[in-house]
This record gives sequence, structure tokens and C-alpha cells, in this order.
Amino acid sequence: MGTVTRKTIDARGLLCPLPVIRLQDAVKDLPAGTEVELIGTDPGVLHDVPAWCRVHGHRVLQTRDDGEEYRVVLRIAR
Amino acid sequence: MSQQRKAVALISGGLDSMLAARVIQEQGIHVEGINFFTGFCVEGHTHAIRKRDRNKPKRNNALWVAERLGIKLHIIDIIEEYKDVVINPKYGYGANLNPCLDCKIFMVGKAHQWMREHGFDFIITGEVIGQRPKSQRRDTMPVVARESGVGDLLLRPLCAKNLPPTKPEREGWVDREKLYDFSGRTRKPQMELARKFGLVDYAQPAGGCCFLTDENYSRKLADLWRARGERDYELDDIMLLKVGRHIRPRPHFKLIVAREEGEGRFLQGYKNRFVHLYPVSHSGPLTLIDGRLEDGDLELAGRIVARYSQGRDAERVTLRAVTPEGEKTLEVAPFKPHEISPRWVL
Ligand code: SF4
Repeated sequence: MGTVTRKTIDARGLLCPLPVIRLQDAVKDLPAGTEVELIGTDPGVLHDVPAWCRVHGHRVLQTRDDGEEYRVVLRIAR
Repeated sequence: MSQQRKAVALISGGLDSMLAARVIQEQGIHVEGINFFTGFCVEGHTHAIRKRDRNKPKRNNALWVAERLGIKLHIIDIIEEYKDVVINPKYGYGANLNPCLDCKIFMVGKAHQWMREHGFDFIITGEVIGQRPKSQRRDTMPVVARESGVGDLLLRPLCAKNLPPTKPEREGWVDREKLYDFSGRTRKPQMELARKFGLVDYAQPAGGCCFLTDENYSRKLADLWRARGERDYELDDIMLLKVGRHIRPRPHFKLIVAREEGEGRFLQGYKNRFVHLYPVSHSGPLTLIDGRLEDGDLELAGRIVARYSQGRDAERVTLRAVTPEGEKTLEVAPFKPHEISPRWVL
């Protein structure tokens, strides 16, 4: 069984749309199938990151609202 | 079979650029969007800050447009390079500190660079002749094409019929007959076209796409430049100008006072970089001090903060001040309303 590599993007303290921009720049160099977890403090990430994923065809696996921090896990498509 | 042509569309999140992209998609062109983040954009973060705005949809309009059109959207951080546009605009400012013509030239130039790097054929924008007093006039349209270096690869589908044919039209990549001849400030033809395409619920920003068109915002930015003695800024500076009450009682410092809980939370994220104050005897706003404090200034600042606290009518208000030298407690008499000069309030 192949292992899935996971990359974490720390977008805490950044305001939208900067988390999306950081994600976009990171994804450019990652192979399809990679899982990416983005952690942010701007609640906008829960809207913008999934929207960005839909537009680019990446799959959102999970979103989480911890009150203070927001997480989105996605899998990169090609 | 003829080659599939590709166009990159400047997407602001508003209706015009959305329609322009849609019109070109209709002609079988592959369209992808590009959106620039200057730091002054009204998008995104601003609704995350104020508590009363929290219930408003927090969508990013450019992404929303891309999703509706079914196109990819590339959001590009131009914060650093954009400074020169704001600080030294060759063509000057509009009604406020908005350097719209220089901004257009810069963005189209960036899109041109992106177009070449990604093997696209031409650029489209939602510009309409006469829509904006400075940047969208018949005589400034060629300036954008020329100065950005894009030349006749810049197509404005909504007003193309009022302009000389561009290369995409001459080469037959797009059919000029199916483009439009909109002009002037009226929004009717755009709304009509939106209806035809079944596009509803689009964003309609009042002033423009960015904070630089806002009079209050521009005044605060001009004040920042005056106070620092140079026309420069960092991202944090321009973000903080969007938040709180800004009060400058002395030329060498100003206070940024949170107006409500959401702004207080936002300022929390910045407080360790600033001298900051907050009332402890009463509830009241977190306040950042931007600048340098001289003798007596901390007390002056404290009296202002106390004025905006629940203790505004009390004899004394106790505050905690966090400075590079350590924490201090101070007790002050809150200012009366008339003691805060209107000239201090930015
Ligand atoms: S309103 Fe702002 S973003 Fe729009 S063209 Fe003018 S300066 Fe540029």
C-alpha cells in the first residue's frame, strides 16, 4: 500500500485571501494525491479554501472549526 | 481543426469582469481568471473583522465568480510591487488616494507576464468606456494597452465595438460581431446581459474594488505618511487602517481604539508589536499606540482610552499599559467628550 504524504500549511494570523494564496503557491509544487492540511485563524478559510478547491478540482476531505482555529484537509488533483 | 485559443481574464469579483469572461467563453475560448491581492482590496478579511458583519456571507467574490463561470482562478499576491503604484503614480490619483490608471496599467502588465508564462493568447478585462471618470475613458484605454506592454492583445469584450479591432478580433479568434458596445456610467446593459446569462446574486461594490477609493481610508493613509515623514507602508499598516477608531492627539503618535469585540480580537493579533493599553477597572477597548511616546503621552492616551470605556463617567479609570520597558498600571480621569478635539479624530 502506498503511503499518503501530508503537508501542513500554517496560515495562522493571515487574513483572507492570503491563506488561499499560500495554499495555491504550495500546491504548485506538490504531486497529485498529496494531502494538504491548512490551519488558519481567519474564519474566512472555511469558505475560501473549499471554494478554491472546487474551482481547481481538488477534493476537500475535512473541515474543522475549533473556535479559535480553522482547518481544512484536501487532496490534490491534477 | 483550428487551435483552441486561451484567454486570461482579470477578475475583480464584480459584475463587469464576470460578464466579459462569460462573453468570451461563449465563443469557445478557454478562459482562466486572475485576481490580484494588493492589500487594499475590500474582499475577504474585512468581513472577518467586525462582529456585526459576521453574519454576512464571507465569500470571496472573485472565487465565487470563477465558480459560477466554471473557470480556474489564480490569486496573485502583488502587495510588495504594488507599493510603488500607490506611492508614485505617474498619472496621479483619483478623487482619493486611488491611483486607478496606474493600477490598471500595472495589473494588465502583470496579467501579460502571466499570459506569456502560461502560454495564453490574449487578455480580457471588464472595462467599459466612460464607466469610471479617470481610468476608463476613451483616451485612457490606449494608454493602458500601450504602457502595460500588452498592445493589441488586450480585448475589452463589453465595449470592443467602440474601439479599434484588436488582434484576437482581426485574426478571427473571436467574432467581433458578438462583442458589445457598452459605454457610460449606466449599469442597465450589464444587468440585462447578466439576466440573459442567468447570472444573479453578483457583488455590487459601491465605491470601487478597493479601499483607496474610500475618503476616510485615504485620509488615514495620508495621515500615516505625514506622521512618518515618508510615503511608505507595510501590509500591517494598511490592514490596521481598516480597523478601529484612529485618534492622533500629538503628531508623533496615534491610538487605534477597537470599536467592538470583533475589532478587539483583530487587534489582539497585533498587540505584541505595539505599546498597548486596556482598562482594568471597567470594561473597555484594547488600544494600540502607533508612534513614539514622550513625557505625559501615556497618561494622555490613557485618558482617551478611558473615555471610550464603560468608565467614561467615573472619576478614575485604571488601565494597564504594556510598553517595551514593562507593564505599568495607571489611573486617569477620563476625558470629557469636548476634551477630545475633533481634529484628533482621523
Ligand atoms: S479602485 Fe483600486 S483596485 Fe480598482 S482600479 Fe482603482 S486603484 Fe485599482
